[in-house]
Amino acid sequence: MNTYTIDLSLRPTTFDLWHVCLAGTVAALTLALLAVLVSVLLAGRRCKNKASAQPQQPEIKIVEKIVEVEKIVQAPAPEPVILKESTPDAALQLLSLLQKEARFIDFIKEDMSAYGDADIGAAARIVHQGCAKAINEHFTLSAVSNDQEGSRVTLNQGFDAAAFRLTGNIVGQAPFTGTLVHKGWQVTDLRLPKLTEGHNAKIIAAAEVEL
Amino acid sequence: MTQEARYSVGIDLGTTHCVLSYVDLQAGDDQPELLVFAVPQLTAPGVIEDKPQLPSFMYLPHAAEIAEGSTALPWSGKAEHLVGEIARNLGSKTPIRLVASAKSWLCHAGVDCKQPILPAEAPDDVSRVSPFLAGKAYLQHLRDAWNHQFPQHRLQDQDLTITVPASFDPAARELTVEAARAIGLGQAVLLEEPQAALYSWIENSEGDWRNHVAVGDVILVVDVGGGTTDLSLIAVTEDQGNLQLTRVAVGDHILLGGDNMDLALAYTVKAKLEQDGGKRLESWQLQALTHACREAKEKLFNQPELENIPLVVASRGSSLIGGTLRSELTRDELKRVLVEGFLPVVGVGDKPQSKPRSGLRSAGLPYAQDAAITRHLAAFLSRQMGATDELKDINLPEHARFLHPTGVLLNGGVLKAGVLAERLMQVLNGWLQTEQAPAARLLQGADLDLAVARGAAYYGHVRKGKGVRIKGGTAAAYYVGVESATPAVPGLAPEVEALCIAPFGMEEGSEQELPNDEFGLVIGEPVRFRFFGSKTRRDDAVGTRLEAWSDDELEELDEIEITLPEEGHNAGEVVPVFLSAAVSEVGTLELRAVSRRDQQRWKIEFDVRAGEGN
Repeated sequence: MNTYTIDLSLRPTTFDLWHVCLAGTVAALTLALLAVLVSVLLAGRRCKNKASAQPQQPEIKIVEKIVEVEKIVQAPAPEPVILKESTPDAALQLLSLLQKEARFIDFIKEDMSAYGDADIGAAARIVHQGCAKAINEHFTLSAVSNDQEGSRVTLNQGFDAAAFRLTGNIVGQAPFTGTLVHKGWQVTDLRLPKLTEGHNAKIIAAAEVEL
Repeated sequence: MTQEARYSVGIDLGTTHCVLSYVDLQAGDDQPELLVFAVPQLTAPGVIEDKPQLPSFMYLPHAAEIAEGSTALPWSGKAEHLVGEIARNLGSKTPIRLVASAKSWLCHAGVDCKQPILPAEAPDDVSRVSPFLAGKAYLQHLRDAWNHQFPQHRLQDQDLTITVPASFDPAARELTVEAARAIGLGQAVLLEEPQAALYSWIENSEGDWRNHVAVGDVILVVDVGGGTTDLSLIAVTEDQGNLQLTRVAVGDHILLGGDNMDLALAYTVKAKLEQDGGKRLESWQLQALTHACREAKEKLFNQPELENIPLVVASRGSSLIGGTLRSELTRDELKRVLVEGFLPVVGVGDKPQSKPRSGLRSAGLPYAQDAAITRHLAAFLSRQMGATDELKDINLPEHARFLHPTGVLLNGGVLKAGVLAERLMQVLNGWLQTEQAPAARLLQGADLDLAVARGAAYYGHVRKGKGVRIKGGTAAAYYVGVESATPAVPGLAPEVEALCIAPFGMEEGSEQELPNDEFGLVIGEPVRFRFFGSKTRRDDAVGTRLEAWSDDELEELDEIEITLPEEGHNAGEVVPVFLSAAVSEVGTLELRAVSRRDQQRWKIEFDVRAGEGN
């Protein structure tokens, strides 16, 4: 095997055009690096100023109402895209409701393999009844399409692509005619409980101790 | 009232639920739109939901039980009392701290309703509350909820009607008004629940009700709620060409309702489980079973094609599969227990069975001993045979043995079940048939759950002179017991005569005096009178003295009491007084002692129920 040793103390003995170009490149790179560093420092200071100028003032409310907070996330694309961030409280609340009315978490967390279908069926009744109660009490649901499933439906130009999803042989222009496979569901009204300030929504079912 | 009332508000202060309904008085004259108020309430610690009903329950939590700040309400950082759904939920697992059926205690003889006596079964550790305070707390919650939603139109400035059972005695009515007054709702007036139900039916018919009733009709209102059964008769007569409605009779306070039915079903299933498996059910399992039975009952009633509903009671631990208790409720059982048990086919001459009570009565509520609603109805119609004697538009056949209703209005969630409503009509029409009377028809279009609150809100509208008003007056005649002027016989208690002080059907705003009967009251010393009511003696005028009466005719109520204050008099001085009775605009009976000398007036108190029995 050949071994290459680099002697760093070596100096060019000749000074030709090649060396001039190399020196020039090094100088240009150094300048560019300096410029970037300075701009980053300046930008950082500006950000800090902005942050200290607007201290976060938490609004004091006795009862917290669940609202969907829209948060603007800086994205690299030139056009800013607004993404909705769901609040964990609403999700936790729903879990809590389902556990309370339907023992939902108990059911999901149980090892099914140990039981026969009859036992599971009995438990499923509790879960089904309770889920139906919780969902019906807090959501008003209706079908997206009022047509019979399996019937032919026509979607005209400008139909709501979020409410109707096209599948299969999608070609050509609207109006589209196809078979309604699933009628869809939509929530037309929702009545989630309000939570008091300081309510720990993460406790979806309190441990119970009987005295 | 500081400003013109914008809304007419009706509160159904029920035994198991409270409902608040309201109507905008400025929204135009013809068909007012009635709305039911969604009451914000805690449903669990830290969780608040709006619900159309406020369960009439109060929970007395242990200091360590509830986390700080978790009982906040939209209008208060910390709820003064836990009422509504949260109370029912917490109380279902800790019944010793749950106050329920406070309203029924208000009409319970022998109990002082301002003494902390509830929950009756609580250990000494729990600080109890009075039935009066519980009723006040429900009203207070409704008031605060309303004021939170309508800060511009506070409840104290609105027209307010509170409903009470028709069978409430003067003392219970007075307590209800007093509770309202105590929280600033002094403008509230009372309305009997069956009347409210009829008002709601009239309102609901959108003016068409005149085509469904005719002169000569007698409408029977059967109101079976969660805890009580209330009966009333309303006659349709004519006055100068207009239809007129008069409430002619009310029934007794019967503590029997939907809750009894659910419990009866649960005990049926429990017996079945214990027989099959040989295992004893714990109390929480019975409670869960009652709950499951209620849901199964509603399903079986609503879906006639179902033959049985499986019942499952889950274990309390986190293991759901396995430890469950399984049974079923069949249609046969439902029919046997509810239809035959609560609405059996009986003759109109049958009387509710009662056996002498054993033990201390004041330890619990005097629940009806006979669960058969039809027998209570038979007794009521037989007793009230003379209710329409004075109305020339109503003619009962000569041979009649009971009052013949021609129309029936049902109310209360229980009677939503078609099977039960049908049975009730079948029994009633069977009685009518035996006397060759035409069958009574069912008045359609009533909203059985919310009718009372809606009718109460509509009543505010009626009081403004818009729409027909049901005439009524007092539903009973009232008497005080006076010792008769016969020579005393050693060893025998002096004979008591009943002196009529308020006749049947006394109208609101009227007053009657008894100047001929004088009493000497001693200043500073409390004087008690025995007090009686009669729902059947319609002809006794003020001052009538009864020497003898049957138990069926006169019902002894709690004693009434008066203490003449010492101001302006010397202690021990005897003041000659006579009695006076008035029915206030609010709808309460007011008894006064009037001084013969200077016409000074003192109020006679009803709510002195701490009888000798305590």
